[in-house]
Amino acid sequence: MTDMARDLDWIVGNAVIRDPTGLHARPAVKLTRLAKTFEAAIEIRAEGGGDWVNAKSPNAVMKLKAGAGLPLHIRAAGDDARSAVDALMALVQRDFHD
Amino acid sequence: MSGGIAIGPVVVLREKAAAQRAFAGVEEERRAFRAAIAEAAGQIDRLIASEDELAGEILEFQLALLGDEDLLAPVLRAIADGEAWDAAWASTMDAEIADYRKGGDDTLAARAADLADLKSRVLRAVQEPSAAAELPDGAILIAAELTPSTFLDLDWTGIGGAATLGGSPTSHVAILARSRGVNLIVGLSAEFDAFEDGAPAILDAPEGVVIAGPSAATLAAATARLSAASHDDRAIEALIRKPAMTPRGERVQVLVNIDEPDRLDSIPPEICDGVGLTRTEFLFRHGQPTEEAQFAFYARLISWAQGRPVTIRTLDAGGDKPIPGITFDGEANPFLGVRGLRLSLAKPDIFRTQLRALARAAALGPVKVMVPMVTVPAELTTAREMMLDEIAALQRAGMPCATPPLGMMIEVPAAALTAAAFNADFYSIGSNDLIQYATASARDNAALAPLADPLNPAVLELIARTVAAARHRNVEVSLCGDMASTPHLIAPLLATGLRSLSCAPAQIGAVKLAISRTAPE
Repeated sequence: MTDMARDLDWIVGNAVIRDPTGLHARPAVKLTRLAKTFEAAIEIRAEGGGDWVNAKSPNAVMKLKAGAGLPLHIRAAGDDARSAVDALMALVQRDFHD
Repeated sequence: MSGGIAIGPVVVLREKAAAQRAFAGVEEERRAFRAAIAEAAGQIDRLIASEDELAGEILEFQLALLGDEDLLAPVLRAIADGEAWDAAWASTMDAEIADYRKGGDDTLAARAADLADLKSRVLRAVQEPSAAAELPDGAILIAAELTPSTFLDLDWTGIGGAATLGGSPTSHVAILARSRGVNLIVGLSAEFDAFEDGAPAILDAPEGVVIAGPSAATLAAATARLSAASHDDRAIEALIRKPAMTPRGERVQVLVNIDEPDRLDSIPPEICDGVGLTRTEFLFRHGQPTEEAQFAFYARLISWAQGRPVTIRTLDAGGDKPIPGITFDGEANPFLGVRGLRLSLAKPDIFRTQLRALARAAALGPVKVMVPMVTVPAELTTAREMMLDEIAALQRAGMPCATPPLGMMIEVPAAALTAAAFNADFYSIGSNDLIQYATASARDNAALAPLADPLNPAVLELIARTVAAARHRNVEVSLCGDMASTPHLIAPLLATGLRSLSCAPAQIGAVKLAISRTAPE
């Protein structure tokens, strides 16, 4: 959990990763690129424990090792948090296609 | 290994020792670090613009990392604590690389190479450019390792080839080299000192050797091979992405055989008309795979094929392919034993799991299911009933699925002679087994190799009869054995009436060339 996490009102969502190789390099890059278009703090977490990590850090997203067929949990806090969660869920649901 | 043969002067690429920099003040170190990051990002941007999709994926990830403030933060903290930027960057990246490598995750470990590459690219960014521009024509590069960045920075049009003493055949560089037809040997077993800059050498990628200072006779033989190969290479380059045509303008389907998922990344789907045979035995290498694991691979294959048909063969264990815990031990004659569909029908749980995964995959794209080693029509009927059972169960469970065409392999002479009696949606001739059964010559017995002749008239007759049965029933027929990957056998195969061949990935170009060169009738 990041330092500021405790004080924020998080909007949460999740979406199942369909790509059989999981959240590998190309999806990780697409996800962070999209996350960076929002002002909100955005964090993601893989199913089955582990920490929330910054969704704007490709290095952290890559190291999540989020696997195929499992939900990816998304949460955001800030003015555009709702749109951020919706946009990231939609990206995962459409299997990272543009 | 990738590519062919090259002759040229040796150039040994030596790592330049990193210059020791002294700390020049927090402001100056921050400025220099940001400048190096910006310069490296600019280099990667320019490479992305000039490279293909595969290289693009590797580079996009590196570029994204350069914009990762969380990754750069520890470097900036170390600078604030009085460390020079380059040392701080190197140690931060070394820690990340170690993190990626621990835990035994193959995907992350492969990305560790990208991080190592990025680390050195940033360190090199503000140094003098390398001597790559001054390489002699046709140079044979010898290096300890080649990073993807170094590989992509080099202009390979003027380079004969390269050999690295380290590296893995599944590394990005090896994949890049295969996809671009660069002559590359990885893991060359030789000492660095054996090579002298400027000395003539032969790089023989198929053999995996570099011959330094070859004799006149060796050089002459290599030159002859090179000239024949380069003529064919140019012809293949011109036709590999086009549909295969005979000189009479008849279209021939050229499909690809897939037996390892790792190979997919290095095969551009545009060079083939689909997958004619997927060998699923690798999925069972560590015991029976789950339905999900199978589905994941089938889904990946379908996504790779981009709408082209994908033929997947159910488990073909037994014979020369025993699988502990699945196949029967102690058969006196395994080639004539419980193998292929015979085994699947004897182990229905394993078969039904695979059929479910296949039916689910069929909802994602044009999947065709093929069963091996069929002898009589009743076996295929039973297999079809089991498949339809599983599809009905999936539908009841609300699981997305579809009913794929169910075809059979023609390997047993009895099936070849009675092919029209089978309720098959398509036929695929497995020439390796068909030859061994027709000539009674075991595939694994080298002493019988001359008898196991693919051009034996009986073999060609069995193929021709299968083709005729397919025409009669108006279903597709192709051939997926080694014959289809052997250029000099292409003309006799087309003469039987076959117009669909499935071959090894590396042979697609040679097979298309052979099709284009068959004598007009």
